[in-house]
Amino acid sequence: MICDWGGSVLKQAITNLGSRTLDALWTVGLAMRFFVTVLLHSGMAFRRFGLTIRELYFTGVLSLIVILVSGLFVGMVLGLQGYETLQTYGAEESLGIVVALSLVRELGPVVAALLFASRAGSAITAEIGLMKATEQLSAMEMMAVDPLARVVAPRFWAGVISMPLLAALFSAMGVFGGYLVGVQLIGIDEGAFWSQMQNAVDFERDVLNGVIKSVVFGIAVTAIALFEGYDAPPTAEGVAGATTRTVVTSSLVVLALDFVLTAFMFRGIG
Amino acid sequence: MQNDNLIEIEQLAFGYGTRSILKNINLTAKRGQVVAIMGSSGCGKTTLLRLIGGQLKANQGVVRVADESVGDLDRDGLCRLRRKMGMLFQFGALFTDMTVFDNVAFQLREHTDLPEDAIRDLVLMKLHAVGLRGAAQLMPAELSGGMARRVALARAIALDPMLVLYDEPFAGLDPISLGVTGNLIRRLTDTLGLTSVVVTHDIHESLKIVDYIYFISEGVIVAEGTADEIRASGLPFVHQFVHGEADGPVPFHYPAPPYADDLRLGGQRA
Ligand SMILES: Nc1ncnc2c1ncn2[C@@H]1O[C@H](COP(=O)(O)OP(=O)(O)OP(=O)(O)O)[C@@H](O)[C@H]1O
Ligand SMILES: [Mg+2]
Repeated sequence: MICDWGGSVLKQAITNLGSRTLDALWTVGLAMRFFVTVLLHSGMAFRRFGLTIRELYFTGVLSLIVILVSGLFVGMVLGLQGYETLQTYGAEESLGIVVALSLVRELGPVVAALLFASRAGSAITAEIGLMKATEQLSAMEMMAVDPLARVVAPRFWAGVISMPLLAALFSAMGVFGGYLVGVQLIGIDEGAFWSQMQNAVDFERDVLNGVIKSVVFGIAVTAIALFEGYDAPPTAEGVAGATTRTVVTSSLVVLALDFVLTAFMFRGIG
Repeated sequence: MQNDNLIEIEQLAFGYGTRSILKNINLTAKRGQVVAIMGSSGCGKTTLLRLIGGQLKANQGVVRVADESVGDLDRDGLCRLRRKMGMLFQFGALFTDMTVFDNVAFQLREHTDLPEDAIRDLVLMKLHAVGLRGAAQLMPAELSGGMARRVALARAIALDPMLVLYDEPFAGLDPISLGVTGNLIRRLTDTLGLTSVVVTHDIHESLKIVDYIYFISEGVIVAEGTADEIRASGLPFVHQFVHGEADGPVPFHYPAPPYADDLRLGGQRA
């Protein structure tokens, strides 16, 4: 009797696990198909570039403040922490290198992408989800205008374009923050700070790889945000849940992708 | 020789998942007529309009609009058909990120190369027809429900379609707007030579303006006829609709177990 009960619980658990896994795989498949469909419907986003520019304003320009302020603080913290560590080796003049490399290679693309996911990604999901819930997308379809081409694709490209720019601004602000703390506050030699930084940062290895990262993150975050919005159940809870999922999923995906990309770029794996 | 019937629906059956909604619908709408579809809430009227607009596919039977089987059209064919079709959504479905003016201008801008001057004149004419020319620069959030529906009506007729589907155009209108909207539908149909399918609960208003009426109940057409025939028929459905009675051939309740059982009164009675 007890054994039987235990067996059925176990069976239940395995069934649950199986169906959850299947659901997750199914969603990944749908998301991939969605992504490809958006790419195929991108003609209008470029032919009528005004549509994309409008979205650039909403996703990019409105994220500026949060990106700039965060970049400044992150850079200042890097300046403080870097100085603490370097000082023990008497290498505090290398602070510029530490600040610049950590920003350009890692923190710039990653933190900017995380901020972008919570600032612009959630807004995109909520907007698309509400447009769906209030039948605006249906109405557009009935007017023989494809919502994927008219609504989704311009937002996608705006996200992909604005992400590297935001990451670059984040890094620039961060370097400035490091300079403020290192040179102005602590009093490291200004010439050494900048010249060491210039010598150590390689355009291809560091800057270009950082840009590639942020383009990949931009694609991932925007595609996830759009998919969640488009796929959301057309109700208030549905849209709320989708918005949360956008932030959580895209943050995890950004961090995982960062590991993979770093492995390829800096350790020469594969 | 042109077919007299713009819409021909034969033995149409449709269900969401396993729940069958429409079981056997036969319906025609002649060119230049106003046809009303009536039925209790939840009987599948909106669903029927979506089937006509090609947003849903029938499980059985055919829906022909202008001699084309809607279910068999490919994307391009459907787009071509929808350009000649306007739809007023039950809750307006106005684009919330655009002004009233831009909402009405949407299709003109998407589908024509008209200069902005001409678009302006056309939009103001359509807005004037629904009495909202003065509201052109408002955002949809600033409109009342009834106003939003009138804007949606103006948007639905922006391209002078051959067929307009109205989902409850009278709901939420005051008696004046109601009469005006009714007359507007009639007048548009007559002057532009279009065909109108009106889903409505308002039998008084619709008897004044429509040419032909269908009553749907439990997935089938239970009564049909011209306005005069319906008025004269004294059919129990009509009687129930006109007098707004809960008891009658049209069920008010969504299918449910007996009320007493649900309230757990069974035990006490026994
Ligand atoms: N997307 C959907 N998925 C599953 N069931 C649905 C869906 N949309 C509608 N239904 C069901 O189909 C039935 C018909 O819905 P429909 O919206 O066509 O009703 P209606 O006649 O327009 O009602 P009302 O007059 O209240 O607008 C309803 O009982 C509803 O529960
Ligand atoms: Mg309805």
